[in-house]
Amino acid sequence: MQPIVSISNLSKTYSNGFQALKNVNLDIQSGEILALLGPNGAGKTTLISIICGIVNASTGSVIVGGHDIIADYRITRSMIGLVPQELTLGAFDTVWNTLCFSRGLFGKIPDPAFLEKLLKDLSLWDKKKSMLMFLSGGMKRRVLIGKALAHEPVVLFLDEPTAGVDVELRKDMWALVQRLRESGVTIILTTHYIEEAEAIADRVGIINHGELLLVDDKHALMHKLGKRQLIVELEKKISDLPKALTEWTLDLSSDGSRLTYTYDPLKIKTGIDGLLQAIREADLLIKDVHTKKTSLEEIFVSLVNTKK
Amino acid sequence: MNTYAIRVIYKYEMLRAWETLAQSFASPVISTVLYFVVFGSAIGTRIETVEGVGYGTFLVPGLMMLALLTQSIANASFGIFFPKFTGTIYEVMSAPISIVEILIGYVGAAATKSFIIGLIILGTAGFFVPLHIAHPVWMIGFLILTCISFSLFGFIIGLWATDFEKLQLIPMLVITPMVFLGGSFYSIDMLPPAWQTATLFNPVVYLISGFRWSFFEVADVSVELSLALVLAFLSICLVIVWWMFKTGYRLKQ
Repeated sequence: MQPIVSISNLSKTYSNGFQALKNVNLDIQSGEILALLGPNGAGKTTLISIICGIVNASTGSVIVGGHDIIADYRITRSMIGLVPQELTLGAFDTVWNTLCFSRGLFGKIPDPAFLEKLLKDLSLWDKKKSMLMFLSGGMKRRVLIGKALAHEPVVLFLDEPTAGVDVELRKDMWALVQRLRESGVTIILTTHYIEEAEAIADRVGIINHGELLLVDDKHALMHKLGKRQLIVELEKKISDLPKALTEWTLDLSSDGSRLTYTYDPLKIKTGIDGLLQAIREADLLIKDVHTKKTSLEEIFVSLVNTKK
Repeated sequence: MNTYAIRVIYKYEMLRAWETLAQSFASPVISTVLYFVVFGSAIGTRIETVEGVGYGTFLVPGLMMLALLTQSIANASFGIFFPKFTGTIYEVMSAPISIVEILIGYVGAAATKSFIIGLIILGTAGFFVPLHIAHPVWMIGFLILTCISFSLFGFIIGLWATDFEKLQLIPMLVITPMVFLGGSFYSIDMLPPAWQTATLFNPVVYLISGFRWSFFEVADVSVELSLALVLAFLSICLVIVWWMFKTGYRLKQ
């Protein structure tokens, strides 16, 4: 299937010499939710801005819906909606007027019924006559989403949509993203929050220092790179590992009450049975045992640190 | 052509003027009326005629130009600078819209506002002095051409400016002195010969002269030259705007 967005050898060097993107290649499938994870300055916003036409690429090309973003900018831009990172809204406009403006700007015939439904979906219908300056941060964020959706795009870019919003609103936003995906919109979101990617994305891309380190299915990524940890809580604290346990790769907590054993769950022999036996033979009493799955965050940190 | 985009930009800009009616229309008209009172009535009574025209009447084209130039620049520069300043320009930059459509929307709205102001000033002047327009079609033509040219110039300033100080810099330090020294209140024949020569380097002289000719059939320089210079200025502005958008100057990185 032809990807809805195809990025080839995309690089960007700003006039001050900073290389924000280094030869990025990425295909985004129609209808998926792709989360781009990366620290500040990783190149996430630059990548989105190039696709949307706000920043010029230095080299490379981007195809949206089979059309080049430069040669066929009218077609590609009308397919794309962008929710920027900052709450950039005109203070004196009303919610209704700003949505009408956005729809018209993208060349769409006025459709009050569609905009009414959109505002209702965003729980903003009762605020349609309100001036933007009087809205809360969460409402402004929703207005920005409304503006991005006003021309009925098929690809939606959300640049850190939940940055600085409270937990409740974040969950609302995730639900909204899921609803949009169900309606057929392809969603590409950038985020700092690993839990966000873990909660809503189908695929995760990790970007750092302008390089796309990897893109993979979220579950496959966690399966491939995720390790498990066996945590053994001890009845009595110890200061050093007994000799019998030194052959195991164990971490002793600083207070001496916990042993952590990291293992690969895909291996046939994980070594758990032998370890528990060795602990008993070392005359250590076990208070509790539990396992922990490596989170996406730990995978991300590990990947970013490895590539440094 | 993305006519919906042109429409919404134009409507948005006109609405902004409507919502700030006092600032957009009343303020320039009141300022111009004060010029009529001070120069036309107080000082003008001591000057009988200039080139055969009563001084109060002689002032009308110059004062209209003064208001048109400053308002065209102010409207257009603010219109594009403010979205840049607030960051909302991202929407225009990411929309399926061409340079021409952006210009028609923003510059068209700024020029329309200036044109309306020009007509209001002309109507107001009728209350103070007897008015006779020798070539009304030419007068309207000059009016439209000036509104478009200087709105385009203001648009360039708005794109170029990175802060409010820079936004005011050229209008205050360059345009206003040029208009005042460009024969708004006098004929350049009234100046000493050396100053007459120096004044000819001021492009506003040609603008005011041509516009004044459409009223009284008297001009400091030939009408053809005035028209040619206005058209040349318009062309230069178009080339600069095209270059700014083509390179993304102060818009795209």
